[in-house]
Amino acid sequence: MSEKKKSDPREGSLRIIRRGLSLSPAIVEGWRRTVLLALLGTAGSSLVPIVVQRSVDSGLGDTQGGVDSGRIVLVVVLAAVLLGVSGVASWAAKVRIFTGTERGLTQLRVRAFRHVHDLSMLTQNTQRRGSLVSRVTSDIDQISLFLQSTGMILVLSAGQMLVATVVMAFLSWQLTLVVIGVFIPLALSLKIFAERMSIAYDRVRQTVADLLTTIAEPVVGASVVRSYAIERRTQQRIDDAIQTNYRSNVKAQTIVSVTFASAILVGGVANAAALGVGVWLGVVGDLSMGTVIAFIFLITLFVGPAQMATQVITEAQNAVASWRRVIELLETPADVVDPGPGVAALPTGDLGARFSAVRFAYPEGPTVLADLDVTIEPRQRVAVVGETGSGKTTFAKLLTRLMDPVEGTVSLGRDDQWADIAQVSFADLRRHVVMVPQEGFLFDSSLAENLRYGRRSATDAELVAAIGDLGLVDWFEALPRGLETRVGQRGESLSAGERQLVALVRSALADPAFLVLDEATSAVDPQTELRATRALEVLLDGRTSVTIAHRLSTAENADRVLVFDAGRLVEDGSHADLVDAGGVYQRLHASWVAQASLGGGVTPAGTLAP
Amino acid sequence: MTTSLDNLGGTDTTDLTRRGFRVLGIGIGRQKALFTLSIVFSVLFGATTVADAWVLGWATDHVIRPSFEDGDVATGALVTGVLLFISVSILRMIGVVGRRLVGGIVFYRLVAGDRRRVTRKYLRLPVSWHQAHPTGQLLSNANADVEAIWSVFMPLPMAIGVIAMLVVAVATMLAADLVLTLVGLVVFPLLFVLNVVYQRRQGPRMAQAQSLRGDVSSVAHESFDGALVVKSLGREDEETARFASASEELRDANIAVGRVRAVFEPVLEALPSIGVLLVVLLGIGRIESGATDPGDVVQIAYLFTIVAMPVRAIGWVLAELPRTVVGWDRVRGVLDDPTRFPYGTADLPGSGPVGLRTEGLGFAYEPGEPVLADLDLEITPGSVTAVVGSTGSGKSTLASLVTRLLDADEGQVLLDGRPAPDIDHDELAAAVALVPQATFLFDDTVRSNVTLDAEISDEAVWDVLRTVQADRFVEALPQGLDTQLGERGTSLSGGQRQRLSLARALVRDPRLLVLDDATSALDPAVEQRILRALAERSQGEGGPTVLVVAYRKATIALADQVVHLADGRIADRGTHAELRERSAAYRDLVDAYDQAREEVDHE
Ligand SMILES: Nc1ncnc2c1ncn2[C@@H]1O[C@H](COP(=O)(O)OP(=O)(O)O)[C@@H](O)[C@H]1O
Ligand SMILES: Nc1ncnc2c1ncn2[C@@H]1O[C@H](COP(=O)(O)OP(=O)(O)O)[C@@H](O)[C@H]1O
Ligand SMILES: [Mg+2]
Repeated sequence: MSEKKKSDPREGSLRIIRRGLSLSPAIVEGWRRTVLLALLGTAGSSLVPIVVQRSVDSGLGDTQGGVDSGRIVLVVVLAAVLLGVSGVASWAAKVRIFTGTERGLTQLRVRAFRHVHDLSMLTQNTQRRGSLVSRVTSDIDQISLFLQSTGMILVLSAGQMLVATVVMAFLSWQLTLVVIGVFIPLALSLKIFAERMSIAYDRVRQTVADLLTTIAEPVVGASVVRSYAIERRTQQRIDDAIQTNYRSNVKAQTIVSVTFASAILVGGVANAAALGVGVWLGVVGDLSMGTVIAFIFLITLFVGPAQMATQVITEAQNAVASWRRVIELLETPADVVDPGPGVAALPTGDLGARFSAVRFAYPEGPTVLADLDVTIEPRQRVAVVGETGSGKTTFAKLLTRLMDPVEGTVSLGRDDQWADIAQVSFADLRRHVVMVPQEGFLFDSSLAENLRYGRRSATDAELVAAIGDLGLVDWFEALPRGLETRVGQRGESLSAGERQLVALVRSALADPAFLVLDEATSAVDPQTELRATRALEVLLDGRTSVTIAHRLSTAENADRVLVFDAGRLVEDGSHADLVDAGGVYQRLHASWVAQASLGGGVTPAGTLAP
Repeated sequence: MTTSLDNLGGTDTTDLTRRGFRVLGIGIGRQKALFTLSIVFSVLFGATTVADAWVLGWATDHVIRPSFEDGDVATGALVTGVLLFISVSILRMIGVVGRRLVGGIVFYRLVAGDRRRVTRKYLRLPVSWHQAHPTGQLLSNANADVEAIWSVFMPLPMAIGVIAMLVVAVATMLAADLVLTLVGLVVFPLLFVLNVVYQRRQGPRMAQAQSLRGDVSSVAHESFDGALVVKSLGREDEETARFASASEELRDANIAVGRVRAVFEPVLEALPSIGVLLVVLLGIGRIESGATDPGDVVQIAYLFTIVAMPVRAIGWVLAELPRTVVGWDRVRGVLDDPTRFPYGTADLPGSGPVGLRTEGLGFAYEPGEPVLADLDLEITPGSVTAVVGSTGSGKSTLASLVTRLLDADEGQVLLDGRPAPDIDHDELAAAVALVPQATFLFDDTVRSNVTLDAEISDEAVWDVLRTVQADRFVEALPQGLDTQLGERGTSLSGGQRQRLSLARALVRDPRLLVLDDATSALDPAVEQRILRALAERSQGEGGPTVLVVAYRKATIALADQVVHLADGRIADRGTHAELRERSAAYRDLVDAYDQAREEVDHE
């Protein structure tokens, strides 16, 4: 995915960070003051070596000469005051950073979430659900970790090393060169270490993803695992994933440990060098004793950052990668765009639909709907039939603007008032046109809450009334907790048919002018199905409806039947017109009638009429 | 140590700490050898850290001062000093590498071990248990919770090493100067206490933030999962508001964490510096009175500088303890779950169809709300029985009971006369196949999804794919049988998924086949073709006993016997013709379409 971008990571990273910050303005609000405070806060760490140097040279290191205790006390008191000031500055900087980044990232998080919903079903389907979720969870957390910890360490360490270098250069430029010379090889090898570390962590991430998928198997597929007795196979797959993950973790840990520790060795060598060269310079030149000792203290200010450096670099890379993913998500064009209010309005009252020269193909796929020209009159009850894969669902999704056609337009309206649905605001469109998909997805809350997805303001009494209106009282009364029934995750505490019933009631509550049902009752028994769909029709009397028929009985009752075959509208007429027309419909209907009228003992069990 | 910690907190945290330490003990017990090794390395690190300061003190007194005083390099001592600095740092490095690496291995082993335990338990727990627990929770038990328990093992070896270090530090200070040691005895415990107070205050805030992070994640998960519903009902604004309010709560919790951090971190950083200043102040007097050498003052001052950072490891351990306990409780909740679902040892001899009988079968998902009651069924080997009933009448539940995914609360299921719970698991799986209403596909190849890695030839796989009319679309897939299906088979249409699920059952030549509305996503025409092929298959000798949940009459007409289920009881049974003849309720149910058609005709 990011192959191309990897070729120039520096340029990209800067762009990403700049773009990321511009998306979360709260992060950078008043950054000048924050940086100033943070630098003041770090300066505190350089105070100790200075105090040591001053006191040693003021006689603390000299047992023979007198100790200038007055001066030392002054230095110490001054340092204590400065320490206090820098502490307060550090506190203020941190509060500003935490508050700013959290505010900014929350803006980004919510924006990314919203953008996912603005993407069309098509774009959403090309991504794993889990990866969309990571965009608004772990990716943002990674950025926040970076800005608040790692990034701060990075900035502060850089500041600390800068201040330390200035202090060192001030004390002795020769010794400074020696110390820097010792640290240079380490600095150069950091790049290699960081590269290896990032490879190792990439591998870890990959094994974690595999682990999550495999661990989900016995949980999500519990009944398949159980009924085919494949526990051993499943366990083996999980054990393998756990082991692979373990190995990659240990490998990454090895690299981390070694790089971390190498800074200690370099620190030791730097101490030794400062000691040797410092003493020699003191003897032949004018270096003071306090300066030599102060250098050893100053070197600790390099060792700390050097220990963390590889880790900081890796985490910084991760954070930039996360940021890049979030930004890429936000930059994915919402291909089905909400034009907003006021562009085109739907006429009040009845609505019809019109497809003009519509063609559709899934991205990089063949054309699945072609040359579609059809007008659905207001108040018409239309049934759509055709074999699996003939394009029925695609038709419904175009009609409700879950997708936009590749060519042609879809309009809603009547008489001579038609509006291209691409010009109608989502708020307007969704209020008038509602689709009930096959999969009755419910949210993990109560039955009442789920029904209110159809009409936010509905009272309990209205909910019960809607259930009653659809003839579902028997079913409803059998639920022990009634409206308060918990439906479980995705509604899985209800039976598959019950979930579809809830979706149906939901759509009745939404009270749309135009209803689209996509095999919305495929798991419901025939009697309940007929009762509910008819009641729905009565409720929506005078509304327009398009029903993708799972059972041809729907077509028999419809005002008009549209027959799809291999992506084309091949027949259009009433059931009576088409049933003897010798086309696709006649064939489909014959097979339906054949299997539906097998009852009554006409055909012996075990054989099927052709 | 435990007691001193306990005094700091209230009873709640006392208990939490005690339990946390108990979990630590368990973890140590599981990885005794490696853990000990990591402690050895850590103590080496602690001791050499102190040694580093000692070397500086020694060098001050024996190298730096003599050289400056005499104006001549004390060569011998200088070489010793240089070598000492280098060799101490080498030992220190070994200590760090060993501690981090071995400590990490201990952590990763503990995590891997518990992941194996939890997933093994998942594989043993019955389907009813899985149904009663949210998927998200179970996944986090095996992942995040397991990590939460053991992540304390990352800083633990270091913390223990630090304690050793402090002991050595105080000892070397005592050897250097008694009065200056007092500074250490004030500053170190203060550092320690501050850390404890810090982590105590931070603990609950972090836990709060962690749980809010979980909320944010589950809102996102659910909302994206139900994207189609959100979109088609135009609920994007409400969903965004729901997510924003969860995110804002998380934001405020994170800011609360940050505020505490902003106060304590600068104080913890400044404290050692204050120690150094005190040492210098007191040092003046000590040196003036000749009680101590300058080298000792420098050494002690340096000690404060390098000990400060590691001491915080103790704070990290304490900070992790609440998470440890929470994670432990959650994981134990799974591991200690008493639910048993034992399989027996009885086999099902022979290879022909299996007979099925239920006696007084009763089942309830929630106590007192029976879904099935008093169900007596008799299905002769090789016959086809259709189960018909309205939505929610308990058909799927019955299918789960006869395939022993669930165990009856009352009565029993008998397969060839043997109670289902007495039958060996593999034997049962080999004989009985269920095609569930909801299809589950593995993130694996088409072949693996059908064979489930059993030894089945490709020929047999293609044969069965032809039967379920899946051969054409599988051939059209880029890698045929080797095509990866992706996350839960989302790249396939509902009908295609259902066909693979059917193939999976049929390829095993089951002796009892249970189809739970397993053709609902197929067009009537396609379904008919499949059913006809199925019928042909079972026309041959030794075809399976079939129990089929269905609404379509073509399917029902296949049946030798129809069972009409209503309100969890058998309302009637007999042939389709008989039931139609005598039961109005049955007619209303299965003839609904015909009646509808007649009404149309009469209009
Ligand atoms: N998300 C998708 N990506 C690519 N192709 C798809 C997708 N969804 C459906 N198709 C293809 O488009 C065609 C029409 O599908 P669909 O409209 O779902 O048919 P129907 O609803 O009549 O069963 C089929 O060939 C199907 O394989
Ligand atoms: N996992 C579950 N937890 C609680 N109740 C359930 C669960 N599964 C099903 N039920 C309830 O049990 C009853 C029967 O469900 P089911 O057997 O799936 O019906 P059918 O297959 O006949 O539609 C329904 O009322 C349903 O709400
Ligand atoms: Mg069912």
